[in-house]
Amino acid sequence: MRYLPKSPAERRQMLAEIGAGSIDDLFASIPAEYRLSRDLDLPRQQAESEIVEYFRAAGAKNFTSYASFLGAGAYRHYRPVIIDSLVQRGEFLTSYTPYQAEISQGTLQAIFEFQTMIAELSGMDVANASMYDGSTAVAEAAMMAVRVTGRRQAAAARSVHPEHREVLATYARHQGLPIALAGYDPKTGRADLAALEAAVTKETAAVLVQSPNFFGVIEDIPAIAQIAHAKGALLIVSITEAVSLGLVRPPVEADIVAMEAQSFGVALTYGGPYCGVIAAKEQYVRQMPGRLAGQTIDANGNRGFVLTLATREQHIRREKATSNICTNQALVALMATIFMAVYGKEGMRELAEHNLAKAEYAAKMLAAQPGAKLRFAGAPRFHEFVLQTEEAPAAWSERLLENKIVGGIDLSRWYPEMQNCTLWCATEVVTREQIDTAASILAAKPVEA
Amino acid sequence: MTTNDLPITQANQKVRPHPTQNEALLFEKSSPGKRAYKLPPLDVPAVDAKAMLGAAHRDTPGLLPEISEIEIIRHFTRLSTWNYAIDLGMYPLGSCTMKYNPRVNEFVSRIEGLAEAHPYRPESHAQGILEIIDLLQRCLLEITGMDAITLQPAAGAHGEFTGILLTRAWHESQGNPRGKILIPDSAHGTNPATAAICGYAVENIKSNSDGGIDLDALARQVDSETAALMLTNPSTLGVFESQIHKIADILHAKGALLYMDGANMNALVGKVRPGDFGVDVMHLNLHKTFSTPHGGGGPGSGPVACKAFLEPFLPTPVLVRKKGAKGRGAREAGGEGIESGALHWDYNRPHSVGRVRAFYGNTGMFIRALAYILANGPDGLRQTTEDAVLNANYIRSKLEDLYDLPYSTPSMHEAVFSDKRQLVHGVKTGDIAKRLIDYGFHPYTVSFPLIVHGALMIEPTESESLEELNLFIGAMRSIAREAEETPDLVKSAPHSTRVSRLDEVQAARQPVLRWRPAK
Amino acid sequence: MSYPIHYRYTREHEWISVDDAIGTVGITDYAQGSLGDIVYVDLPRSGDAVTAGAVFGSVESVKAVSDLFSPVSGKVTAVNEELKNAPDKINEDPHGTWIIKVDLSNPAELDSLLDAGAYEAFIAEETGH
Repeated sequence: MRYLPKSPAERRQMLAEIGAGSIDDLFASIPAEYRLSRDLDLPRQQAESEIVEYFRAAGAKNFTSYASFLGAGAYRHYRPVIIDSLVQRGEFLTSYTPYQAEISQGTLQAIFEFQTMIAELSGMDVANASMYDGSTAVAEAAMMAVRVTGRRQAAAARSVHPEHREVLATYARHQGLPIALAGYDPKTGRADLAALEAAVTKETAAVLVQSPNFFGVIEDIPAIAQIAHAKGALLIVSITEAVSLGLVRPPVEADIVAMEAQSFGVALTYGGPYCGVIAAKEQYVRQMPGRLAGQTIDANGNRGFVLTLATREQHIRREKATSNICTNQALVALMATIFMAVYGKEGMRELAEHNLAKAEYAAKMLAAQPGAKLRFAGAPRFHEFVLQTEEAPAAWSERLLENKIVGGIDLSRWYPEMQNCTLWCATEVVTREQIDTAASILAAKPVEA
Repeated sequence: MTTNDLPITQANQKVRPHPTQNEALLFEKSSPGKRAYKLPPLDVPAVDAKAMLGAAHRDTPGLLPEISEIEIIRHFTRLSTWNYAIDLGMYPLGSCTMKYNPRVNEFVSRIEGLAEAHPYRPESHAQGILEIIDLLQRCLLEITGMDAITLQPAAGAHGEFTGILLTRAWHESQGNPRGKILIPDSAHGTNPATAAICGYAVENIKSNSDGGIDLDALARQVDSETAALMLTNPSTLGVFESQIHKIADILHAKGALLYMDGANMNALVGKVRPGDFGVDVMHLNLHKTFSTPHGGGGPGSGPVACKAFLEPFLPTPVLVRKKGAKGRGAREAGGEGIESGALHWDYNRPHSVGRVRAFYGNTGMFIRALAYILANGPDGLRQTTEDAVLNANYIRSKLEDLYDLPYSTPSMHEAVFSDKRQLVHGVKTGDIAKRLIDYGFHPYTVSFPLIVHGALMIEPTESESLEELNLFIGAMRSIAREAEETPDLVKSAPHSTRVSRLDEVQAARQPVLRWRPAK
Repeated sequence: MSYPIHYRYTREHEWISVDDAIGTVGITDYAQGSLGDIVYVDLPRSGDAVTAGAVFGSVESVKAVSDLFSPVSGKVTAVNEELKNAPDKINEDPHGTWIIKVDLSNPAELDSLLDAGAYEAFIAEETGH
């Protein structure tokens, strides 16, 4: 076996030095009746070339080279090549959580830089070293608000990503945390402020909204903050499209930001691994879940970094911990850190402008086709929009697929009232030609056979 | 005063080569106008962002750095050299299973059709990736001897959460969710934290003199309010619970379930299957047993496998293969073109505990884990387990004359010593760990499990050659001698690192969690 | 360090000194010594109710958390805000650094606490000397 650095003679020598007759002696504590006396029924040992071939074939089956207008919480942006060059360095790839600070300064300083840039972008004071993903960050943010306020209810807008709301519901059920849902304004697609206000009580720990929301519409954060804070609740803002922060005003009125940073240089890979983050106002830092890197000095006065405020975590506080989270997404957070460094202050804004322009053009072109119109046209949005068509999406999406285009996603799977409505996304990697082609195919009614 | 102006003195004749000096933060290298990116020309009309976004517009995305590509490459390359890693040498961090991360795993996870697959692409266009998920699921079921599985949990602790939710849902379906979870005092901290967030009270079980479960105590503690026992097997002492079947019987007799924390599954693969010895539900850590990289602390992946009676409660969605669609042609009316026999996600799961994560889990880790299983095959996986256990026992036999072994029960994949014999010289486990750095090794796990005072938890994994093991053993033996003869040398270690011991007290008292520009 | 004889002590290592039905509460030298450098004190709010034997806050070192147990029942009349920025005061002067003041609702509870001699005997037993 090519990963095992031992010869048969060395194994025999080691057994002899231990004083074991055979390798089975070392497994004697396992009752014989349970010991496996056969090979596992698995594919046989493969050569590296066979493994590569297997995965290439699987990749080819997935139909590459399609243009895509899919978004909805996972976004295709260009990934600068230096990201993969750097994260594949063994010192980053094959190290563990930086518990031994003296030999983990690389990881620790990179986390500190990640925390700084996320805090800058999100308008919060501090950010943690990452969470599993955006959906679990939302759930953890809600539990954090419960700890801060001592209250046991939450209110959420229906315009929050439906799968994120599902994850929140799974976590909340066993915390005795009922969640009141507030609908959206059918004209603007923004959270219905009157409904949200009605959903918030003196027992509400947190109000949760997403911005840009699931329909791509930017919420009125100052107004929502007023509703939450008037009743002493915290405001949690979820951000699933991190690139929007290049151009969209950060939710500075929020108390906690739950974020998905996948857009920052992380491959789509069918849903993960991605990079969740929780950022917050400074006064809540001791109630934050997850790891935090902090700056300090060594015995000679040199600057260095350590994991800090660890007493919040499960390995010390056990059942009283702020969360059971242990693993974070360090390597993925490193991808995001490099991405933010590559684009920087000017690039992040320019990149966001390109996304805004592409989506504006796509929305205009698609909505101009016969039978198609834009929903929520009045409200500001980033790079996603809702298109309503007379023809069923199942019909035109087949036509698009035949032309190697994946169109918008059918919203009725989550919002039954939104029949024939689809959510489209156009990032900087979508070309004008692809948009024009999609528009013309949408317009071309099928010839009945 | 710049460096050039310094008078030549004894103090500064000896200079350090610059890459080993403090690498500035990205922000400190920033200068307006530097760039590391270039966007292509915009092929659609430009827009007036300020006009479009109105009050929601921001003028600048904050204090992000402005820096060039070469500086970014050097910055992160220099930072990387300050990390220890498996690629540099032995990393015997007990319970974390720091084994070799094969590079073919990384290569195949970046194949275009896999890396660029959007999670909401039509299932008809995702069959390649669904086949990978399906094959990995079947492999993991065979390895664990369980009946059903979900790959959705993002890490081990997330898997624990999912597994305990399954337990709870099943008890609820029986009429009573029950109120408490039993957890041995040797357990990882995630176990009690998980039980608490699932709404359970935690009851500790004291370990017996062998470091295992005391059956009599267990029998007394299990009652009609006990939902489950969370058991790590082999335990955090590296010891297999040889009475495991009796433990399962005691629990099952009272209607309680046996949850196995699979953190140490790398000691069992190919030798014994949890499903065969009475486990009802368990999680796996793909970043431990199945070689996906730890990456400085993640990403992980924590699949949960269970017995058939828990299957209805698995998180939504569940991967199923379409059946009975034969004769209806390749496409179904109104569907997304799902072909007969094709794989698809089943969202119609009325008894499900719900979602624990958006989309389907850390797919990139599934690809790597499957590549690892294929590279090994059944014979390679068994040999891997045997080598891991052989290495741990070899270390144990070569160090037990110098380091106290608190439990003499046979070791599996890790050996746990205590600092008892060094403590008489004032040297603690944490000091020995720091001194190990000077010898070129990553420390073992310090002060865990909690039932061993001053624990040294050593897990070499199968990835170490005899030569590397002997170097490690030599270092540990030298340190034992130093602890007796020159304890201060050990207590002030490490002496060879770029930074010396860092002030964790200051970091916690006055937290500085981000850079801010000097005023 | 000696344990003041006019204080009363809990088995969880808090001390209390009572003056005019107002109890002043801190942690003992033994407690701060076993915890090490204290980096944070989680304080209740003035006006909160506390119960004898129940947790009212916690003290943290870098790698450990220790709950604070109230020696008596009553209402918190003051908390030592100075500890928010200078938790190390407890390390420097444990018996002179108070954490909370409590208006006792049941002074009879004091009778079940240890005096200095009994407390010293108790910690000697705990440390096995």
